[in-house]
Amino acid sequence: MNPKNILEVRDLVVKFKLSEGIVHAVNGVSYDVPEGKSIGIVGESGCGKTVSSYALNRLLPPYATLSGQILFRQQDGNIIDIAKLKPEGREIRAIRGRDIAMIFQEPMTSLSPVHTICNQISEALILFQGMTKKQARNRTIELLKLVGIPQAERRVDEYPFQFSGGMRQRAMIAMALARNPRVLIADEPTTALDVTLQAQVLSLIQDLQNRFNLSMILITHALGVVAHMVETVNIMYLGRIVETGPTMEIFEEPLHPYTQGLLQSIPKLTGRLGERVSSIPGSVPSAYDIPKGCPFEARCKHRMEICREEMPKPVTVGSEHTVYCHLYTGREAARDAANA
Amino acid sequence: MLRYIVKRIVQMIPILFMISIISFIIIQLPPGSYLNTLIAQMRATGDEVDMEMIEALRIRYSLDKPMHIQYFNWMKGIITRGDFGFSFEWNRPVSHLIWERLGLSVAVSVSAMLFSWIIAFPIAIYSAVRKHTLGDYFFTFVGFLGLSTPNFMLALILMFISSKYFGFTVGGLFSPEYMMAPWSWARFVDMLTHIWIPMIVVGTAGTAGLIRVLRNNLLDELGKPYVVAARSKGISTVRLVFKYPVRLALIPFISTVGWQLPNMVSGEAVTATVLSLPTAGPLMLAALRSQDMYLAGSFLLLLALLTMIGTLISDLLLVLVDPRIRYE
Ligand SMILES: Nc1ncnc2c1ncn2[C@@H]1O[C@H](COP(=O)(O)OP(=O)(O)OP(=O)(O)O)[C@@H](O)[C@H]1O
Ligand code: SF4
Ligand SMILES: [Mg+2]
Repeated sequence: MNPKNILEVRDLVVKFKLSEGIVHAVNGVSYDVPEGKSIGIVGESGCGKTVSSYALNRLLPPYATLSGQILFRQQDGNIIDIAKLKPEGREIRAIRGRDIAMIFQEPMTSLSPVHTICNQISEALILFQGMTKKQARNRTIELLKLVGIPQAERRVDEYPFQFSGGMRQRAMIAMALARNPRVLIADEPTTALDVTLQAQVLSLIQDLQNRFNLSMILITHALGVVAHMVETVNIMYLGRIVETGPTMEIFEEPLHPYTQGLLQSIPKLTGRLGERVSSIPGSVPSAYDIPKGCPFEARCKHRMEICREEMPKPVTVGSEHTVYCHLYTGREAARDAANA
Repeated sequence: MLRYIVKRIVQMIPILFMISIISFIIIQLPPGSYLNTLIAQMRATGDEVDMEMIEALRIRYSLDKPMHIQYFNWMKGIITRGDFGFSFEWNRPVSHLIWERLGLSVAVSVSAMLFSWIIAFPIAIYSAVRKHTLGDYFFTFVGFLGLSTPNFMLALILMFISSKYFGFTVGGLFSPEYMMAPWSWARFVDMLTHIWIPMIVVGTAGTAGLIRVLRNNLLDELGKPYVVAARSKGISTVRLVFKYPVRLALIPFISTVGWQLPNMVSGEAVTATVLSLPTAGPLMLAALRSQDMYLAGSFLLLLALLTMIGTLISDLLLVLVDPRIRYE
């Protein structure tokens, strides 16, 4: 394991065995999370972002099967493979309670409707930090202030249904922070919020990440959102990472046709009024039977004979920019062709 | 909270009045009155029917007065003196007959309810958490078996077993020596040794259904995002399941507790007849049949009251469990 990294995911595969068939949700994903840095995972709805991040905390349901490696460097320097841990055992619970915290996609439903905010946030404090009820309550108030909830002393005793959507997401963030985590997974933390709130919540997350030197995985379906927040971007499609690289490079020189499509669909402020935002034609194929060749083949305008037959091998361009596409197997020449 | 309770109790009063009127009318609906039953009985036993005596009875019980006057007198008695009228058939005041029987009914019902909860809860939680395992299928099978066994059948089986193998006196709620005795500690203990058969019989009927409902509620809850979020905090499975989903799965269930209570009181009539229990069910049935109007009317009235108390209890429990209701 690279000493820079706190987390390394290798060949992660997640399948759901359902009576209708097997859902291939994640089909061999690898990425690194450097300590104290943030990375992004970007892709359309259904490409496996949530499932692959649930795997990091072993939050998948019992009918999911998991393979591959999830190497995690613990506080004491030991390296542990999370994928090998017992599903609800003590080790994984300790990791959830102290190391890897998650902010969920749906703030409206991710809090228990019948427990107070105080109860839900202080739970982890009492359990893992040995605080008394009173200490935990005070700490909870502090945390609520930290995430910008006004009148925290009063609101701490309220129930989630008394909170607005934005405040619930802030409370969720406080709940994640309560554990003093080293890794923070933010799964589309703003999709459920309206636009004005999105910017606020994102800057709050970024601020906290800097302040507590968190290693962060930021998941989103909108590439534009993460541009200024993460250093590395992984582009995901149909359960695979199709391109990965430093954020600037991905933006300036997207290689994979899917990434290029994603970038073109970002509405630009400089664009003329009424200009149509181009989006990628077609839709994500079913995860029940995945193609044996390139996952993007069905929608790609550059597809070739070989694309259907063979899974493209990784091609590394520059030091850290890697793309999985047959266009680049011949390197530079083909790359120019795609850009032409 | 106190205000809410008081409000609810005040609301109960007019409803009770309406119910009393309706039940009084219903009892009077069949043609004739208790006197017809009496005449028929006398004829059947070959006695001379003394019309003068019948007439005297009619006047004594104000059966000759119009219905609204009868009703008014009955109500006046209840409100001012706790006097529920007179039972023609038993020739005793209704209040002498009714309280012990109702009390025993409630005792049987409540213990049956507790019995079914104690059985159903762990099984439902186990079945939901270990969905589609051998254990789940086993309990589902046993549950359906319980669901499809008629009450009286189970009663007969249990009676057979307990008299054949344990030599207990079966049937009834008391041993003969305590049957007519006044309440005492010994009588209470004697009741406890008898109550388990009706408790099991009445209780199992609901248990299977309860397990299904609870299991399904729980399965709904277990799939919800807040459960995953709670798991992500690192709490152990047992703690998690009890703190979050079980509590929420109880909500739809608690709201049914209210009407379950009176349901059980009237529903145990068949079991009570088979087991010859001195509870309210059989007496009420007999009273309705023989048009023993004040006795039947009082039963209906008290059952209505029980229903309302049950509903109030379940509403209060709901408020405790679900804060969303508290703030409405
Ligand atoms: N519990 C589950 N059981 C069966 N299939 C599932 C389950 N959870 C997810 N899937 C399937 O796995 C695939 C990946 O889902 P996932 O939730 O990871 O997508 P996502 O990238 O997070 O999408 P979104 O942007 O909508 O959140 C989808 O095809 C989805 O239908
Ligand atoms: S491998 Fe082929 S189909 Fe896949 S993205 Fe590249 S060109 Fe398109
Ligand atoms: Mg998702």
